[in-house]
Amino acid sequence: MLLREGEVRIPSGCAISAITDTSGERFSGTDIIESIALMHDRSNGLGGGFAAYGIYPEFKDLYAFHIFYDDNDARVKTEEFLFKHYDIEYFEQIPTRKTKSIEKAPLIWRYFGAVPNSKMKKNDYDDDEYTAKCVIRVNNEIKGAYIFSSGKNMGAFKAVGYPEDVGEYYMLDGYKAHTWTAHGRFPTNTPGWWGGAHPFTLLDWSIVHNGEISSYDANRRFVEQFGYRCNLQTDTEVITYLFDLLVRRQGLKLDMSASILAAPEWTVIDNMPQKEKELYTALRTVYSSCLINGPFSILVGSKHGLLALNDRLKLRSLITAKKGSKIYFASEESAIRIICPEPEEIKAVEGGVPVFIPFAEVKD
Amino acid sequence: MNYTVPEFEVERNINRCISCGACVRQCSYEVHYFDDDGKTVLADESKCVACHRCAAICPTRAIKIKKYDMAYKEHSNWTPVMQKEINLQAATGGVLLSGMSNNKPYPIYWDKILLNASQVTNPSIDPLREPMEIRTFLGRKPEKLEFNENGELKTKLPPQIQLETPIMFSAMSFGSISFNAQKSLAMAAKELGTLFNTGEGGLHPKLEEFKDYAVVQVASGRFGVHKGYLESGRFIEIKIGQGAKPGIGGHLPGEKVTVEVSNARMIPVGSDAISPAPHHDIYSIEDLRQLIWSLKEATQYKKPVAVKIAAVHNCSAIVSGVARAGADIIVMDGFRGGTGAAPTRIRDNVGIPIELALAAVDKRLRDESIRNTVSLVAAGSFRNSADIVKAIALGADAVYVASAPLIAMGCHMCQQCHSGKCNWGIATQRPDLVKRLNPEIMYKRVVNLIDAWNHEIKEMLGGMGLNSIDSLRGNRLMLRGIGLTEKELEILGISHAGE
Repeated sequence: MLLREGEVRIPSGCAISAITDTSGERFSGTDIIESIALMHDRSNGLGGGFAAYGIYPEFKDLYAFHIFYDDNDARVKTEEFLFKHYDIEYFEQIPTRKTKSIEKAPLIWRYFGAVPNSKMKKNDYDDDEYTAKCVIRVNNEIKGAYIFSSGKNMGAFKAVGYPEDVGEYYMLDGYKAHTWTAHGRFPTNTPGWWGGAHPFTLLDWSIVHNGEISSYDANRRFVEQFGYRCNLQTDTEVITYLFDLLVRRQGLKLDMSASILAAPEWTVIDNMPQKEKELYTALRTVYSSCLINGPFSILVGSKHGLLALNDRLKLRSLITAKKGSKIYFASEESAIRIICPEPEEIKAVEGGVPVFIPFAEVKD
Repeated sequence: MNYTVPEFEVERNINRCISCGACVRQCSYEVHYFDDDGKTVLADESKCVACHRCAAICPTRAIKIKKYDMAYKEHSNWTPVMQKEINLQAATGGVLLSGMSNNKPYPIYWDKILLNASQVTNPSIDPLREPMEIRTFLGRKPEKLEFNENGELKTKLPPQIQLETPIMFSAMSFGSISFNAQKSLAMAAKELGTLFNTGEGGLHPKLEEFKDYAVVQVASGRFGVHKGYLESGRFIEIKIGQGAKPGIGGHLPGEKVTVEVSNARMIPVGSDAISPAPHHDIYSIEDLRQLIWSLKEATQYKKPVAVKIAAVHNCSAIVSGVARAGADIIVMDGFRGGTGAAPTRIRDNVGIPIELALAAVDKRLRDESIRNTVSLVAAGSFRNSADIVKAIALGADAVYVASAPLIAMGCHMCQQCHSGKCNWGIATQRPDLVKRLNPEIMYKRVVNLIDAWNHEIKEMLGGMGLNSIDSLRGNRLMLRGIGLTEKELEILGISHAGE
């Protein structure tokens, strides 16, 4: 019998794509679907997904939980937990459209809720930490339930299938976001579990990733010391936890965290001016186990903005382009040109050099 | 009456022998001698230890050392070795002594662990084309770094030791080895950007120039320890135990305590240098804590303090305690580690393999979320670069090697270090033997060896799709067991080949 994601480590190739509007203007999911659809051959129908930022302005201060349930029993148990731990203001089944190639769908629900004041009085950590703990608890302890999105004013949408079909299925043409990321997956095994599709998310972090990191176990064993559990055994999961640890919990700046994950080489550091040299030496010394090795290109969404990062040897393709207030990223140039035929600027993201696009004030 | 038979037989090809007498002059064990005619070379093979010095020096390759061929009535329990040892003790009433390391056929787990390589889904990396980083830092790490509003580093890092290779030379005192041997290691450490270790012998004044490449050891005898000594080293190592002889101290016989050794150790010439089994000011973990912090205080918190323990049954809990007691670096020495002298029974029966100890300790420190704060150094017989790659993947930051560089300097593993008669000029203080080892030549052989290993480590890293040793540390997915039991795999924290 084939093992489910998390019971076995499955390497996979991929396509990734992203669009962000630096003016904060929101736009529908049509373009991102078209972009990722062009890279059809980079996925194999075993996983596709999207993350969208700014889609829930009416609930922008509430945590938006997107949940897969294997059955109704899992839903009852999870709801019991959620209603006990959150003031849920609204919940519903996530609307979907019948799509030919999308089969064996689980039950898919969403919930919008706030952390009750009474709960927080008892704890010495903040809402995000509380929510991260709740998410990890549901995913570990309630059989058949999987929270695949838990940020504010953002959401992930994913399924087993080609990404363009997944976009169609979730009716993403009807949502408006200021930033979209997309993922098409080429796993080298076929467990066919929806939770295993990407993006991987935690709170407002969402990560789409193309590559296979060979440092996986070094990264996993490091981050698990801080209470994370890498249950899915995927690269994206461990990268998300690294960012969450460094940025949210340890308070490092996002770009500095990127310089830890794709650290400058020692030969470069040795030739830096003294102060800079000390800083980067300290980063590499203290966070040596956070270095990500092997081919990767990642697009990281968060409340801070959109970050694009390539491995330091540039072993995976990642292109960026700009037109007007819009900035594009994709695994292939063609996936940008299909939706933006004449960009003002187009170039490869350099190996190990983070590109960060901060989010503007969102226009509702 | 001879109750025992010689171990070796000297075969001299008289057609080749030119009676030059080189073997007679070279053999400190006095195996070779001239017959009364002053021409015929004879051998008293009962004294031969198979160090091969004579064979190596013989200009006509006339000498072969063979196993002494004496048949015993077959008995798999009462082997010839067992009988010989009983006879030795019956004759002397003494404790059996040995040099070097445990020579019994216990499992060597390095040989039952296989490494991974990249295929298709991620590319292997060519070390000839891409930078391949093996720089390693040892020292206590803060849990996180903090910055001020201007993005400048606020956290002050505890002292860190930068090594250009994860390989260091482990403790061998001046006394147990010769000045020339120690100097060769010091010179090699300098050229390689790594460290040698003074052991418990103090730092010889002539090696002061290498102090930036020295680890200074503080052991139970406290020989040669003074403020200047502590301040000389790059880090200070408190030696609690040694893999070759866990639970016991050391003994440098008075005849090895020459004027120079006496100066370095600060003890009278000709007196036995006894290192007690425990430190008599450390009877508990809280006592160790006091010594760690006294040494830090004495060196103005500029030097990391390491604690070295032998790998024993309960080492995970011990190491956890040592980390919490304030050690910045923890060294674990497995039961195949070498020694200048150890009681044979202890050498061969006490302690556990470094592979299992390292895996268990690394896991324990991670379970307690403190692995990242300390550095782990593994010791206890690394025979080649693959052993080292496996150790780092199990969780070590760096390794100590000693036997391998000694072999590079001529050691043939005859295991007679305790006799002080080392024909290769390594484990001896006899001036005529010491001068046989030329540091200018031998340091280069040691450098060559470690250079070669560094290259091999980079090749293996590249094959695994890694270009930094940082990504290998604790990366146990890169390892698979072969022919190991479930329990062994569980302790090593690895899957079986094919999984």
